[in-house]
Amino acid sequence: MVEARGLSKTYPARNGTPPFCAVDGIDFQFGRGEAFGFLGPNGAGKSSTMRMLAAISPVTAGTLRVLGMDPARHGPEIRSRIGVVPQDDCLDRELTVRENIYVYGRYFGLARSVIRTRLEGLLAFAQLEDKADAQVEMLSGGMRRRLTIARSLINEPEILLLDEPTTGLDPQARHVLWDRLYRLKADGVTLIITTHYMDEAEQLCDRLAVMDGGHIVAEGSPRELIESHVTREVLELRFAPDDHAGVAERLREAGVGERIDVLPDRVLLYAQDGESALAAVHGLSLEPLTALVRRATLEDVFLKLTGRTLID
Amino acid sequence: MPPALHAFRYWLRLYSRTWRGTIVISVVNPLLFLLGVGVGIGHLVNEGHPAALGGVSYSDFFAPGLLAAAMMQTAFIEGGGRVAQAASPTGSYRAAATTPMEPEEILAGHMLFIGFRLITSSAAFIVVMELFGVVSGWWAFAVWPAALLTGLAFAAPLASWTVTLRQYSKINSLFRFVLMPMYMFSGTFFALSQLPHIVRLVASVLPLTQGVELCRALSLGHASVAGVAARTAYLLLFVVGGLLLARVNYRRRLHG
Repeated sequence: MVEARGLSKTYPARNGTPPFCAVDGIDFQFGRGEAFGFLGPNGAGKSSTMRMLAAISPVTAGTLRVLGMDPARHGPEIRSRIGVVPQDDCLDRELTVRENIYVYGRYFGLARSVIRTRLEGLLAFAQLEDKADAQVEMLSGGMRRRLTIARSLINEPEILLLDEPTTGLDPQARHVLWDRLYRLKADGVTLIITTHYMDEAEQLCDRLAVMDGGHIVAEGSPRELIESHVTREVLELRFAPDDHAGVAERLREAGVGERIDVLPDRVLLYAQDGESALAAVHGLSLEPLTALVRRATLEDVFLKLTGRTLID
Repeated sequence: MPPALHAFRYWLRLYSRTWRGTIVISVVNPLLFLLGVGVGIGHLVNEGHPAALGGVSYSDFFAPGLLAAAMMQTAFIEGGGRVAQAASPTGSYRAAATTPMEPEEILAGHMLFIGFRLITSSAAFIVVMELFGVVSGWWAFAVWPAALLTGLAFAAPLASWTVTLRQYSKINSLFRFVLMPMYMFSGTFFALSQLPHIVRLVASVLPLTQGVELCRALSLGHASVAGVAARTAYLLLFVVGGLLLARVNYRRRLHG
């Protein structure tokens, strides 16, 4: 459905700022019904990639095919067959929920009767039936997000692009949203998601590209990424902050764990078996203030690949 | 239906919620000005029978000038803040840009709406001029397109600039440092012939001056074909230039 080779995006110099290369030669492809995610911190190039996929930002270099078409020559055709949920909701606050969807549908050249038929289904999907005639101004952030997603489905898209779908939402609203996205996936819609939340990436995506500084630094299923880059478990140790560097040094010398990372507030010790690693720590007569054994996550993968955490 | 018309209808829909507020700015304010300045100050001015007015009463002279200035103001409201807001990351252009609509169509739809605003608010103004008897009968129908042209000569270049903006404060600076002085020195309130020669030269290249003179000549009913043609051509230059630049800038901002 989508194929990119050496895809790059450079923004020209503007008002004294030098040209900026946001995406630097990335390759990826995905097929029908897949849920593909771009995971990375802010500024990794995720949104720029999404804008190119949505045919609203010209490709600087490399090739891109969306639904078999070149965005440079078939922008409107591509846009008529995909759905876009931008990072900012860009809804009309003065208009009602229903009107927002209606106006958007008209931009696709859909007949009034078609939009009216689909509207009821979309309102139900977004769980906004009660709010159908309320002004968007009155909706909560989670409702607005669901409305934006419902709106993006008015043309029954084959691919849905979601840029940071749950950023800024409270945990409950996020879970409601994820539930809606599972349903879409079950219906065979290809989902393309950017996120800097590793739990979101793990929950929603079959396959992930980890992005940093405009590059894809790793790619695979969440499980594959964890298995190939980090150990099964992670032991989190907390000491007095000034002791962290010294402790890490002693643990390295003693050969405890396969890898050690020092964060500002804790030491991460990667091991296949966290409990026996903790026993080894105690064996060195080190007494952490707190100790926690947990499964390795994508956050650990990202830290190992880039030396930085996802959320700064 | 051409895509631009969908965008036009969107703006109409939005306007149907907010039109009451705009009536004050587009109709009531000019009306108060017409009464206060045209009739009030006009009374004082007419006492002296000033030659600079060319033998017409002050309100006859002032009303078409005020009409042109009101068109500039409407163009500023619609083509200034509104465009910048629509082009911001949360604005309505952003939603439209993800649909099959092209940036040029989004522009065309908005320009149609701005044209609609100019046509309706100038119509209201001209009706008032008729009621006051300050426009020469059937000439009102010639003043109407002139008012529209004056408004578009501002709206198109304004939209081409505001669509690029990231800071709204620049719009207010434009109003204070460009549009307000233009308002004062474009012969709305007095005849340009009263100004020193050099100031008159500068004033005469201002688009509002050309709009004021065009509306006035038609309203007073003593327009010459050559004068109307020249001023129309001059204002059209701003409309066409503004639209061409806007096409480029809309694409750059919305599909950049």
